[in-house]
Amino acid sequence: MSASALSQDKFITVASTTSTEQSGLFKHLLPVFEKKSGIQVRVVALGTGQALNLARRGDADVAFVHGKDAEEKFVADGFGVRRIEVMFNDFILIGPKSDAAKIAGGRDIVTAFQKIAAAKATFASRGDKSGTHAAELRLWKLASIDPQVGKGAWYLEAGAGMGPTLNTASAINAYVFTDRGTWLAFKNRGDLVLAVEGDRRLFNQYGVMLVNPARHAHVKKDFGQAFIDWIVSAEGQQTIAAYKIGDDQLFFPNAK
Amino acid sequence: MNDISAALVEALRLISSADAQLAQIVWLSVRVSVSAVVIATVIALPLGALLAITRFPGRQTLIALLNALMGLPPVVVGLLIYLLLSRAGPLGEFGLLFTPTAMVIAQAVLITPIIAALSRQVIEDAWREYEEQLHSLGADTMACAQTLLWDTRFALIIVVLAGFGRAAAEVGAVMIVGGNIDGVTRVMTTAIALETSKGDLPLALGLGVLLVLLIIGANLLAHGVKLAAQRYQG
Amino acid sequence: MLPLTLEKLGFSAGGREIIRSINCEIAAGTRTVILGPNGAGKSVLMRLCHGLLTPTTGRVAWRVDGPSLARRRARGQAMVFQRPVLLRRSAIANVIYALKLAGMSPTECRLRAEDVLEAVGLSTMAERPARTLSGGEQQRLALARAWALGPEVLFLDEPTANLDPNSTRDIEQIICAIHASGTKIIMSTHSLGQARRLGDEVFFLSEGRLAERASVDVFFKQPQSQDAVSFLRGELP
Repeated sequence: MSASALSQDKFITVASTTSTEQSGLFKHLLPVFEKKSGIQVRVVALGTGQALNLARRGDADVAFVHGKDAEEKFVADGFGVRRIEVMFNDFILIGPKSDAAKIAGGRDIVTAFQKIAAAKATFASRGDKSGTHAAELRLWKLASIDPQVGKGAWYLEAGAGMGPTLNTASAINAYVFTDRGTWLAFKNRGDLVLAVEGDRRLFNQYGVMLVNPARHAHVKKDFGQAFIDWIVSAEGQQTIAAYKIGDDQLFFPNAK
Repeated sequence: MNDISAALVEALRLISSADAQLAQIVWLSVRVSVSAVVIATVIALPLGALLAITRFPGRQTLIALLNALMGLPPVVVGLLIYLLLSRAGPLGEFGLLFTPTAMVIAQAVLITPIIAALSRQVIEDAWREYEEQLHSLGADTMACAQTLLWDTRFALIIVVLAGFGRAAAEVGAVMIVGGNIDGVTRVMTTAIALETSKGDLPLALGLGVLLVLLIIGANLLAHGVKLAAQRYQG
Repeated sequence: MLPLTLEKLGFSAGGREIIRSINCEIAAGTRTVILGPNGAGKSVLMRLCHGLLTPTTGRVAWRVDGPSLARRRARGQAMVFQRPVLLRRSAIANVIYALKLAGMSPTECRLRAEDVLEAVGLSTMAERPARTLSGGEQQRLALARAWALGPEVLFLDEPTANLDPNSTRDIEQIICAIHASGTKIIMSTHSLGQARRLGDEVFFLSEGRLAERASVDVFFKQPQSQDAVSFLRGELP
């Protein structure tokens, strides 16, 4: 941290999720913004729930997460100014090559979840109130299954971020529900391969919100707004689209 | 074994590549831990000395408490300091959260009990030998504390080193109060945690080897100082 | 500071009575040797007089009163122990340390330290780390340190018990020199020969009591108490 950055105070703190950080998006995205605006962006990467908690306490200027319900509550409770959609990617279901539940190649995520429960195949969940975890739970609900019945037996809650959960799944050869970005950047795959993708219900929307300066007077609202404006601008959206690992684009801009 | 050799290769590659970002992370780690050790030492050594040579009711309880605090879980310290420094907390107005300063505070809180408890033991052992002579010469409590601190300096170097090792190896507290922000509060331990969670194990291990080398280096340096000083001062 | 008066002095620790009701007056000038078998309480008595221990009963009364710390600091008293306690610094630095504590100026400290080291024959060792000196040299240094303070009373607790005969002789010579320069000597020993060589008067301690007190000649030729007789015959350890 350079002394000049401190003395000018020209930085914002963005509470974001581990999936955006670990996919490498920020490393690609932020330098472009910083060069253009001179504002340093400091990202604290946690799960969606934790990130919003941080923002609620006023420890961040901007929240950039993926969890529509949680985000809308955040704004409704008066902690965020407005929810703005930025980009999306999708979730995918990863599983061991041995595929005990026989779901590989499928395109119906709800059926896949039902088959996993029926086969009591090992499933590693994040279990950390993150956006990914929330999406996973929504799908169990759609499948009319309460995974808690298998808790400790075949349904394992890691209580951890996406990376560590993938590590765990890789080590014990379990099915795991993840966002595509983190999976593409993940290097420790072991015997895990892509099992199910493409279901419309796997859509994962990211939103950005300025922390409400009426609630926390110290929030850097001008710098924060500059960041938000840039992210949804044509340049910001193009930069997001340009981020690839190999040939795969990770995030798809959809700001209106 | 394959992972370990891959890690050693990675570590060598990291060092020889003289990567600017890596250098920044290493430098921040050193700065934070050394600052924490200096602050902790300034508080803990006099505390340990006074605790060793004074007698007062409740002293044994205080010593037991201090010894117990050596085992303070870092993640608990991190959480407490986070609550203190958070904007919603009592010290929020200083805006210290997610800065290297917060990490220095967390590490200093962690290692002060260690340095105090260990120095207390070292000095109390020496006090048994020195007490009568120093009293005979008319030294008051302050003079005794100063004299003992200086005379046990070689053992105290090791105590301070123990504190440094603990600080440099710490990840739980600095992760919470620092936020592992790229370029700002990312230190070696949190970088290792991040790379591990990204599944890049060779890189994580390589960084780990580097960290261990750093700590070994610090120890060798201190030992060298100790040996040289002993040769000249007995 | 002298004479030193002990009034009904008693000391107990750990449930045991170590010193029992001692009454006496110790005057200036003479070399007082405290003699007695092991466990008689010689060391404890010395420490009571010097103020390192607090009496359980009775009192230790100097002619000049006030807190013992202040008295010691006024260069009134010094003590040399059986095992010399030296700091981890050079020999001369050890002497300077004591002088600084007593309030002397830095230049005075240095000059005085050099003088006293010369007097005990340690000038060549002045800059050596004190802990690298031999046992005899260390004890000489401890004596030098005490002497430098110019005390009115010097306590010595079995100062040569751990030393070989040559070193013992050196130490005894220095003690005599210190006495000759005007310091009152109060020394404990269990060596009869040393008592005869160095003492003017003997305080004989037995089981915490002052069993007998006489000049050296009288004590050795005509001991009055039964305990003294047994001791001189070598029957008490």
